[in-house]
Amino acid sequence: MAVVTAPKPSEELISIDKTLDQLNTITLRIARSNPAEGHETTYSEFKVPVKKWTTVLEAILYVKQNLDHAVAVRYSCRQASCGSCGMKINGKPSLACYTKVSELHSNVITVEPMNNFPIIRDLAVDFKQLISNHKKMKPFIIREDSEVTPESKEFIQTPQDVEKYLQFSYCIKCGLCNAACPTMATDTSFIGPQGLAQAYRYVADNRDKGKEDRLKIVDDSHGIWRCHFAGSCSHVCPKGVDPAMAIQLLRGYLLGFQK
Amino acid sequence: MAERLSNREGIKGMANPTRYGIERVAYWLQRLTGLGLLAYLIGHIFETSTIVHGKVAWDKMLEFTQTPQGHIILTLVIGMCVFHTANGIRVMLGHGGIGVGKPGQPEYPYKAASLNYKQRLCIWVSIGLAALAMMYGASVLFGD
Repeated sequence: MAVVTAPKPSEELISIDKTLDQLNTITLRIARSNPAEGHETTYSEFKVPVKKWTTVLEAILYVKQNLDHAVAVRYSCRQASCGSCGMKINGKPSLACYTKVSELHSNVITVEPMNNFPIIRDLAVDFKQLISNHKKMKPFIIREDSEVTPESKEFIQTPQDVEKYLQFSYCIKCGLCNAACPTMATDTSFIGPQGLAQAYRYVADNRDKGKEDRLKIVDDSHGIWRCHFAGSCSHVCPKGVDPAMAIQLLRGYLLGFQK
Repeated sequence: MAERLSNREGIKGMANPTRYGIERVAYWLQRLTGLGLLAYLIGHIFETSTIVHGKVAWDKMLEFTQTPQGHIILTLVIGMCVFHTANGIRVMLGHGGIGVGKPGQPEYPYKAASLNYKQRLCIWVSIGLAALAMMYGASVLFGD
C-alpha cells in the first residue's frame, strides 16, 4: 500500500503562520455616553488581545464578554450585510465588522458613535431620521400594472437596464455616508446621501413610473441642491454604492442633462 | 444643546478637510476661496466707493493698497479666483452628471467611480493653475 506523506511546510510558511497566530495587545478606547440621562461623553480604555484578522467588532465584543458587559453596541450579521455596526473608528465612519484592527496600523483604537445621528447610548445611534428619509423617497417600484395577475407578463430587463440601478440597490442602510457628509453636519433637515441615492436607484429603473414624484420630493431647499459633491459619502461606503455618483446623475435629470 | 443631542459635527466637522481624500480638500478650498472672494468683493466695493469723496480720498486709498501687504492680499485673491473658477467648472459639470463615471457592478475593494482619476486630475490642475497665476501675479505686483 502506497503511503502518501504530506510535504513539510517550508520555513517561510511556518513563520507566516506564527505571525498570524501572534497575539498583540491594543488599547481600545470606547466613547461612553447616555444623553437621555444627561451624561457627557467619557472614554473607557481597555487592553484587548488581538490577532491579525481580529475585527474592531470582535475587539468590542471581547470587552463586552470579559471586561465590561455594559458597553452598548448594535451589531448583527458580522459580515457587512446588515449595516448595524456603523461607528467612527479612529475618526472615520466605518463598519466595525468590516474593519480589521491590523489595517488601522495603530495600537490605540478609538471607537465613537457615528456623527449626525442622535446617540442612544455609547456606540448605538438612532436611525429614525435615516429610515424616515429613506421612506420619503418611495423605495419601491411605482406602476399601475405592478400586481401580478394570470394575464400579466414578466417585465423583462436587459443586463444594461439592470446595470443602471443595480449598484445603488446594494445599499445596506448603515448610515456611514450620512455620517461623513459635510452638509449633514450642519443641516438637520437635509435628506442625506443615503436617501438621495435611493431616489436615483428607482428613477433609473426602467420598470418604475414614479420619476416625477421623486424628483418633486428631492427638488427642495433641503434636498438635492444642498449636495456640493464633496464625495465623502462614496469614500466611506462599504458596499461600493457610490452615493455621490447617484446624486449627481439624479441632479442631471433636474438640470436637463439626463432624460 | 440640540447639536450635542443630535451628535452633529457642525461647522467644525464641515470645515475639516482631512479624513476623506482630495475631494473633501477641494470642497473645503472651494468654500474657503468663495468666502475669501466675497470678503474681497466687499472690500473692493468699499475701496472704489471712496471715489465719491473726491480725488484726494481716492488717491489715499490707492496709496493704501499699493503696499506689500496690499500686494500679498491681491496675490491671494488671484489664486482664490483661479482655483474657485477652475474647480467650480469641474463641480458644475459633475452636478450635471458629467465626468462622474457610469453605474456598474461594484467589485471589491469598491473604489467609487465618481471619485475617479479625471476628477482628481482636475482638482490638481485647479491647484496648479492657481499657484501659477499667483506666481505670475506676484511677479507683476512686486516686479517694480
